[in-house]
Amino acid sequence: MNRYPLWKYVLVAVSVVIGLLYTLPNLFGEVPAVQVSPVRTTEKPDAALMQRVEGLLKQSGIANTGLMLDEHGVKARFADADSQIRAKDIVQTALGADYTVALNLLPASPAWLTAIGALPMYLGLDLRGGVHFLLQVDMVKALEKAAERYQGDIRTLLREKKIRYSGVSREGNIVTIRFADAATRDQARPVIEAAYSDLQLADAATANGVVLVASLKETAKIKTQEYALQQNLTTLRNRVNELGVAEPVIQQQGLDRVVVQLPGVQDTAKAKEILGRTATLEVRLVDDEAMQDPARLQAAAAGQVPFGDELYYERDRRPILVRKTVILTGDYITDAQPGFDNNSQAAVHINLDGRGARIFRDVTRENVGKRMAILLIEKGKTEVVTAPVIREEIGGGRVQITGMDTVQESKDVALLLRAGALAAPMDIVEERTVGPSMGADNIAKGFHSNLWGFMAVAVFMVFYYRVFGIFSMLALTANGLYLMALLSMLQATLTLPGLAGIALTLGMAIDANVLINERIREELRQGNSPQAAIAAGYDRAFDTILDSNITSLIAGLALFWLGSGPVRGFAVVLCIGILTSMFSAVTVSRALANLTYGRQARLTKVAI
Amino acid sequence: MIEFFHLKKDIPFMRYGRVTTTISLITFIVAVWALAAKGLNLGVDFTGGTVLEVSYPQAAQIDRVRSAVEHLGYKEVAVQNFGSARDVLIRLPAKQRASGAQLSEQVMGALKAETPQVELKRVEFIGPQVGKELYDNGALALLVVSIGIMAYLALRFQWKFALAGIIANMHDVVIILGCFALFQWEFSLTVLAGVLAVLGYSVNESVVVFDRIRENLRKMRKTEIPAIIDNAITATMSRTVITHAMTQMMVLAMLFLGGEALHYFAVALTIGILFGIYSSVLVASPIVLFLGVSREDFIKPAKQEAEAMV
Repeated sequence: MNRYPLWKYVLVAVSVVIGLLYTLPNLFGEVPAVQVSPVRTTEKPDAALMQRVEGLLKQSGIANTGLMLDEHGVKARFADADSQIRAKDIVQTALGADYTVALNLLPASPAWLTAIGALPMYLGLDLRGGVHFLLQVDMVKALEKAAERYQGDIRTLLREKKIRYSGVSREGNIVTIRFADAATRDQARPVIEAAYSDLQLADAATANGVVLVASLKETAKIKTQEYALQQNLTTLRNRVNELGVAEPVIQQQGLDRVVVQLPGVQDTAKAKEILGRTATLEVRLVDDEAMQDPARLQAAAAGQVPFGDELYYERDRRPILVRKTVILTGDYITDAQPGFDNNSQAAVHINLDGRGARIFRDVTRENVGKRMAILLIEKGKTEVVTAPVIREEIGGGRVQITGMDTVQESKDVALLLRAGALAAPMDIVEERTVGPSMGADNIAKGFHSNLWGFMAVAVFMVFYYRVFGIFSMLALTANGLYLMALLSMLQATLTLPGLAGIALTLGMAIDANVLINERIREELRQGNSPQAAIAAGYDRAFDTILDSNITSLIAGLALFWLGSGPVRGFAVVLCIGILTSMFSAVTVSRALANLTYGRQARLTKVAI
Repeated sequence: MIEFFHLKKDIPFMRYGRVTTTISLITFIVAVWALAAKGLNLGVDFTGGTVLEVSYPQAAQIDRVRSAVEHLGYKEVAVQNFGSARDVLIRLPAKQRASGAQLSEQVMGALKAETPQVELKRVEFIGPQVGKELYDNGALALLVVSIGIMAYLALRFQWKFALAGIIANMHDVVIILGCFALFQWEFSLTVLAGVLAVLGYSVNESVVVFDRIRENLRKMRKTEIPAIIDNAITATMSRTVITHAMTQMMVLAMLFLGGEALHYFAVALTIGILFGIYSSVLVASPIVLFLGVSREDFIKPAKQEAEAMV
């Protein structure tokens, strides 16, 4: 009665072998590597890039232990961290700013394991070290920004169509256009409606005359918000690329949040600065007329800013009056590079896209001899970087911003401009940073608690249940293998709570075997034959095992659903562990018992 | 054969029912009092705020660390050793002037100015909004697990068992929470995960005992109900104690070797496992008795139920 058909033994053997194979990569550890990938997401890493990297390494005589190409980039392994860092510097210098060269760690497992898709588990940030940010997109600001754009656009439109208006103002995300009389308003209305279908217009009359109130339609609001989030995601991706992180995670979470995970990043201050900066560039005209009148400038400094102007300060703390109308924003920038101007002063060279170039050419042509201010807006603070006089029409979309204090500053400004503007400001609402030493420490601690806990349980089980104790422990070992193998196959994120979850599921899984062994003992005590006792022990215990695991599974699923971050890792381990333990505790340990005792027809004694 | 529990006679657990229920009630009241009077010492996960863990090359001077942080103008700063004398945990509540992201940089800057070798090991900043969400989701998870387990027990057995089971297990949860409130241990998201896991786990215990009670109700036709329950508990005792001892061994390994990060998680599991044994044997069963379980609850619908389970 205690015989399994051959296929069941084969099933157990095969599953154990697969478990072993997929657990193996976790034991090899990792080797230092350098990952090279194009900065622009539109470009894909290819064989040509791999050859270039290979050539560069050969030239400089740095020995590598293998190159590979995948969707993320070209990866080169090195024997030690020293050559890894040297290689990074050499490759970065040679390839320039178009490529990201990042330090990375690659699994050290042999190629044949990687070939069958056996990869080590994906370690969470609490185990490998790194930064996790949760960023909240300020949707109110996103709508305001959209309205601001419409404000400028409507002004331009009405001017182009030669419709006289007495003012366009904005409050929150509502734009109000004032007219002298109702007739002009009725003339303007269809023009605006035709040009901007996302706006809904309403007539109103105020003390200052007739007005047209424009606001975003509900659908347009939703679209604007979605767009803002997508734009921010793209911008963040670009910025993270500049940071040179090997495997960054940038994901949308919910409607207005973005998760950014940067494994292995140690300089968190730099990361935060780059991510958190909402720098954008604005080009506006300086109100030269007012500036030439010291009395008006003084009055402005005291708070009486002329209509249509804003007061800012230049780097040398001189006040400057700037027109509110924005000529250009950072959105039109296609590239920005640090460099030097004719006087060997640090500068930033900017390339504008076609539309930006046209606007810039028109504005410079019409305003020769006047001053133009370039404003850098960062975290709500506006700074006039420079305010040069326009000497001539500037065409072709190539602009130079001078007035940088240091080379580092020109680099930072260029990076910020290149990385694009955020459609809406973002705030960090959650941050979890784990230092690299702490990550390694956590792995060691998690591993040791598993190891010693397992040993203690093994000693007791074998001492108490003897041969069946050995079966139980072998089954538990198989369970551990299955669990690790499944986590590796699914590339589930292993966290510290996850490691604790492995210990806990193993501790809980032994319950099934205790239950079976106790049942066998009880059957023996009642005078049943050993074979009958073994059969009854396994058969009757299964229901209870199912019962006891279902309640744990309920808890695991609820945690997965409602938990976040590391706790989710715990929930994943718990759920998978329960499933594997149901297979291993019953099938694997029974296969062992059957194999040992099943063939002995006249079994008189079992060691339990 | 080595046996720890070779019991010739059933232990008359139900005779002590009143005593054990009273003990439970007192523990429960103390736990509720601790929760009400002291409240849980919620971690930053739930309250929002910033936690920094830093490591010094030599034993850290807590006072100097505290004054360095207070000099930045932050109030209600908690500074304590964490694990060893060299490791320091700095806790800052939410609603400071600076946003959390800048705050940790500022604090590190101030500490580095004093001791350049200080190393940042971990930062956790949780905005108040996120903290509230985590809190709400945690409470919801507890509710979902409780309802899920109750529904399962009701489906698997019968409402009297479901009620007894959930009372016994909520009693465990309240006692774990009560201990955390009484000793003001930090209650974090990980601890909550531990509580939920142990809730799912210790229901098993009730399930095993209930299973036996049901089996006995069918087999031992002439025996009184209390004696049936006594027999069920005695028969499953060995398994109960060994299983829990094994799980506890794993948890102890975590408690001693898992480091500070897993400390309170392991503590919650330990309390949960110990009270889990106690409550399913000495709380759940008397409640079943009190609710008036009878043979008729099982004899007739037994077949239907067997089918329902498939």
